[in-house]
Amino acid sequence: MKKIIVGMATCGLSAGAKETYDKLEEIRLDNKESFELLQTGCMGMCYLEPMVEVRESENRILYSKVTPQLAGKIFREHILNGRAIEENIACTIASDGTVSGPEAEFLKLQNRIVLRNCGFIDPESIEEYKTVNGYRAITKALFEMKPDGIIEEIKDSGLRGRGGAGFPTGLKWSFAAGSKGDVKYVVCNADEGDPGAFMDRSVLEGDPHSVLEGMIICGRAIGASSGFIYCRAEYPLAIHRLNIAIESAREKGYLGKNILDSGFNFDVEIKQGAGAFVCGEETALFASIEGQRGMPRIRPPFPAQKGLWQRPTNNNNVETYANIPWIILNGSAEYARYGTEKSRGTKVFALAGRVRRGGLAEVEMGTTIGDLVLKIGGGIKDGGKFKAVQMGGPSGGCIPADLSDTPVDFESIPATGAIMGSGGMVVLDESTCMVEMAKFFLHFTQEESCGKCTFCRIGTLRLLETLTRITNGEGKEEDIEKLELWGKKIKESSLCGLGQTAPNPVLTTIKYYRDEYQAHINEKRCPAGSCNPLVDFYIDSEKCTGCTLCAKNCPVDAIRGNPKEKHVIDNSICVKCGKCITSCQFGAIYKS
Amino acid sequence: MNDEFSFNLWRYDGTPGELIPLLQSAQNHFGYIPRRAINYVSAVTGIPESEVYGVITFYSQFRLQPMGKYVVRACNGTACHVSGAEMIIETVQDELGVEVGGTTEDGLFTLNTVACIGCCSLAPVIMINEDTHGSLTPASVRKIIRRYRRNERASNKKMAAGR
Repeated sequence: MKKIIVGMATCGLSAGAKETYDKLEEIRLDNKESFELLQTGCMGMCYLEPMVEVRESENRILYSKVTPQLAGKIFREHILNGRAIEENIACTIASDGTVSGPEAEFLKLQNRIVLRNCGFIDPESIEEYKTVNGYRAITKALFEMKPDGIIEEIKDSGLRGRGGAGFPTGLKWSFAAGSKGDVKYVVCNADEGDPGAFMDRSVLEGDPHSVLEGMIICGRAIGASSGFIYCRAEYPLAIHRLNIAIESAREKGYLGKNILDSGFNFDVEIKQGAGAFVCGEETALFASIEGQRGMPRIRPPFPAQKGLWQRPTNNNNVETYANIPWIILNGSAEYARYGTEKSRGTKVFALAGRVRRGGLAEVEMGTTIGDLVLKIGGGIKDGGKFKAVQMGGPSGGCIPADLSDTPVDFESIPATGAIMGSGGMVVLDESTCMVEMAKFFLHFTQEESCGKCTFCRIGTLRLLETLTRITNGEGKEEDIEKLELWGKKIKESSLCGLGQTAPNPVLTTIKYYRDEYQAHINEKRCPAGSCNPLVDFYIDSEKCTGCTLCAKNCPVDAIRGNPKEKHVIDNSICVKCGKCITSCQFGAIYKS
Repeated sequence: MNDEFSFNLWRYDGTPGELIPLLQSAQNHFGYIPRRAINYVSAVTGIPESEVYGVITFYSQFRLQPMGKYVVRACNGTACHVSGAEMIIETVQDELGVEVGGTTEDGLFTLNTVACIGCCSLAPVIMINEDTHGSLTPASVRKIIRRYRRNERASNKKMAAGR
């Protein structure tokens, strides 16, 4: 029997997957259940959502942008008559894994280890997880391996923490394992706070069991019997599916007391975050689980000695744990085949911004930025020109298009001044002003600074004020030097990762785009034509209908024109507030 | 004892780390955290009110003021930002007549911004309660908000007529 599978992660649902699913369910019931209807997580091609797959034995055909109407057509043509609807196919995946079709390029360069099950299995069914080798790794770890052996295997694989810092996972585990104590904890950091990053959300929504299995294996390796998943409250669907996964894992005996009669106890609890970016820092995260303000603590003692509730704790992020079952099952040598000498394996990136194909891509470490943006991402949308990528969110930096042959790994990216980060990759085109971009991130970190360290608390505010002045056309000659000096001081004098990296967006944009800063300061000009106070506003006479709305909204009467006639902006009066742009119903006003 | 908040207070047995979950259930129950909820939580847990207040104000999720019937959450993530989120937020402010964080006088809308909803490929995006609206322009976001207003007026009329 053919299966119809609907992608039902947050990205799909917000594009209308629920309506499509409901329509298909209606058809299925009306037609004596002539096909099986299933749901799955994110297929990674967020730009084509809602996506629907028709699976017959091992052949998979993926349809893009499936409205309820198109769903009906798929049923009539493909299910009943066996004729695929060529013009709506995104790609076809044959039983041997070969991909073809118009969007095949997106998948071809990928190597899916973390996302192995995302978009393939039903995340709410433990049975489906078991059909793809699910919970076989924990059986192997419990009955065929000793805790030391597990840690050695992870060490040999070369896996490094995927949360951003890239600390070797096996080494981290060995510290926690070596700490004395009868109570230890395994913590999973699912507080994915970087704006522009959604890898962990997709893994939790698409394959929650693999994260749980990774945590259980970690518990076995370090001798812990309880675990916590600290998940953002902004991810209600991820929490919902984790809860289902935990419940069913308990029922089947993979969680709880005496797992699979091995004598090993391990259970997991979800803690919901309450909205604080700094809680992505592990010591702040522990404080938050303990019910306090999420403020970082001084290290040492390190979490491996005194972490959560002063007990030895191992903390990794979602993507790191999702790698673990695969490594245990396939062996460290197999894993180490992927990637570069010092950065083994794969990394999931969230492609977003001005890129044509936005979504999730998992590539081998060492793939170049250019391959990610231009080949997998398909280049810039709306015919724009590739300017830079922003990596690592507010703690990261901008890497210009000139450096697009930089490989993504834990050595090459930091060498540019950016950081690997958790995997957010926001693509920028020529319409993005780099000074404004830096201001945007400083605004974020300044608000999210917990206030403990003076340099972070006050320093980020000073950086923000200076950047605001520059984008308002009030910059001074000495501003660039001051930004660099303060940036350096904040990095040196902050306790946690937030402050140590907060100046990165400023420092990297100064490094690569000093001329843009100078244009703002010396010529009072925004080269990207983006900063309102430094540009002129015009009305496109082709699009203007003479509705007078902009003139009515203008606070200084800078817009002239009679009703039903073309309007004109007098830039000598205009105060650049932008109210005309937001009031125009026809998109007729532009800046230049 | 028929709501989650009272139940959780009753169930509290001194387990450490329960403060944030308690506050979350208070907010679920009341829609915000009223003064009396702080009193209850403090009395039951023995954590001083000042400390409870400190935790509430530290996390952006907690609110000390009631929210509107529709909570508009405008995404200001990186992807939305480079796709014109600022203009969308300004438009919503203008349309509702409130600043970010404010609630309209009729209690219908509260406007907030969020760091990232995670629908980056639909940027710029807003959420109104649980519904996501993507690929917005200033004109389309105005239309969406007006539609909510119109539906609200229509259902009020219906209710009045029903009586």
